[in-house]
Amino acid sequence: MDFLQPVLSGFEVVFTPSNLLFCLAGVLIGMIIGVLPGLGPTATIALLLPITYEIEPASAIILLAGIYYGAMYGGTITSVLLQLPGEAASVVTTFDGYQMARQGRAGPALGIAAIGSFIGGTVSIVGLSLLAPFLAGFALRFGPPEYTALALLGILLVSYLGTGSTIKSVIAAALGLLLATVGQDPLLGTARFTFGSINLSDGLDFVAVAMGLFGLGEILYDLEQRARVSFATSSIGRAWISMSDWAESRGAVARGSLLGFFIGILPGGGGTLASMASYALEKRRSREPERFGEGAIQGVAGPETANNAAATSSFIPLLTLGIPTNPVLALLFGALLLQGIPPGPRLIADNPEVFWGVVNSMYVGNIFLLILSVPLVGVFVQLLRVRGTILAPITVMITMLGVYTINNSPFDIWIVIFFGVVGYLMKKFGFEPGPLVLAFVLGRILETSFRQSLRIFEGDVTGFVTRPISGTILVMMLVVILLPAFGFVRGRLQRRARGAPGSG
Amino acid sequence: MSEQGPSRPGGAVPGDRAALPPEEPGTVLQPTTHEEIPRAGAWAHLVGSLVPLAVGVASLVWATQLGVGSPTQPGPGLWPFAISVVLAASSVVLLVFGRGRREDYEKFTRGALTIALGVVSLGLFMVLFQRVGFELPTLLVLVFWLRFLGGESWRTTVLVAVGATAVFYVLFIVALGTPLPHIAFS
Repeated sequence: MDFLQPVLSGFEVVFTPSNLLFCLAGVLIGMIIGVLPGLGPTATIALLLPITYEIEPASAIILLAGIYYGAMYGGTITSVLLQLPGEAASVVTTFDGYQMARQGRAGPALGIAAIGSFIGGTVSIVGLSLLAPFLAGFALRFGPPEYTALALLGILLVSYLGTGSTIKSVIAAALGLLLATVGQDPLLGTARFTFGSINLSDGLDFVAVAMGLFGLGEILYDLEQRARVSFATSSIGRAWISMSDWAESRGAVARGSLLGFFIGILPGGGGTLASMASYALEKRRSREPERFGEGAIQGVAGPETANNAAATSSFIPLLTLGIPTNPVLALLFGALLLQGIPPGPRLIADNPEVFWGVVNSMYVGNIFLLILSVPLVGVFVQLLRVRGTILAPITVMITMLGVYTINNSPFDIWIVIFFGVVGYLMKKFGFEPGPLVLAFVLGRILETSFRQSLRIFEGDVTGFVTRPISGTILVMMLVVILLPAFGFVRGRLQRRARGAPGSG
Repeated sequence: MSEQGPSRPGGAVPGDRAALPPEEPGTVLQPTTHEEIPRAGAWAHLVGSLVPLAVGVASLVWATQLGVGSPTQPGPGLWPFAISVVLAASSVVLLVFGRGRREDYEKFTRGALTIALGVVSLGLFMVLFQRVGFELPTLLVLVFWLRFLGGESWRTTVLVAVGATAVFYVLFIVALGTPLPHIAFS
């Protein structure tokens, strides 16, 4: 049972009092953020990035990861009670969850969401524990061409599967890649796009850009009007389910777990796509499809399970290949880089305590999620009454002061302000900031791998296609570009997710 | 709860929620979402495509000046050049083919003025905080946002502004030891 040894030592990392506290804090903060309209998990993680400097790498990722899947559940609460998705992955829950609330069944809706999330997350973690080491071993054979292809695939899929128009996401990604070139050429050291400014010669600080685009940008966008709150039902009851509810939903939960796990691994996949796919699957499988949209519990159970499963399995490409596959993970990738621990195939070998610590914290985090969700729903509902006009200036000041803690550089705060305005304008004009950040984070790796590949191929670009692994990835990219069936799902994504703040 | 008839799932149609009776317990008012901001005029599409195009062309020129080199001997400008081409090309595609998606572009409402004022206040913060420490500018920004941009009462404004500034002091100066310029207890 030798392979169990690192898994068990990972639990040693998790079960220290401070890490347990970070896990709990992360899940709690995530749930609160998911509930509060306006800030999404991306913005919150961006805001907390400066803090991760002060703490251990494993603890930092445990905290941030907790926020991610905690937010998945928090967004459910507002979807069910207010028909307002707290974040993009909860949009599907508004279909049936809100209807259930209007029928006085808010308790069972929230309950099955919590249980489904727990089961989906746990199944996904088991899969991750088994699959990741194997994948990392395989990835050790990756060379620069493979990394180039994979990074491109990730950016492409995020653009294609996102909630905005594809061409606009491509533009946003291109801008992100361009911003990544500011500073010194990674291989030759030449100054690029610095306009003679010393501040720019080190490049744009990723944390400042992220905090500006997602933190400040999001706040400015929501400032434009004040959202007020209206509830579907006055009494929530207990967030728990009956045996018959469980009997109806357990199939959906099982299917959602598997579906979510596999979709989460895909670059570009994540909670949103998984929840959409699960809803479509359940509706197609059901013997009474007309019940969907009117309060069918499978319409909540399946998607909620799937999106938590996907949120967890989406860590696999990050931790094993070193490729973040959605904007949230791009931030985590940045956080790990800041700590001097580059994620990738060597992570398991060189820093096993980080890898297994993070993975095992997910088990614990899911348990926290389940335990917290039952009693705390009432508290969260009260939270919704805090007005945005109070939260906004506080969050803005935290952002501004927080970014200063990284480099003690006022220039970084200017970057936050600048990108805050950019983020606001982007959203007004229908551009997604997510692809920009993902591309920005991947920009350096992508360029370095690309240029190293050119050297390997001695300038012959067709080399990308002839190498088996990178060739396969490129074929996958082509399939993605050409497959019109995706367009159908995407059309529904855009229409439904239009009002969701803070995609994650 | 009164009868509403089957409402469209997920669709944030203003009419749906307007039908909820205001005396319902637990109800405050109606949520306004960004779906209800009117669409912008045709100019928005032009700006949205031409700005990235301009950026793409500009960086194309700069990249060429850096030296593109060749595939066998890449110069520092090669990669930015490639990206600029993609950027410019996509912008053109958007300009030509994207005209149908007018609903993406939101009109700038009066709220946009709020935002502009907010951003200006942040700029003023930047100018001040390096000279007089962060406490006073933070307080001023908070008061401005709470009272003048947010319409909160003076009581709430003062409570939140003073309270938050104090918390920030404890958090950033005492707990984290950040070298923020400050005047209290320095």
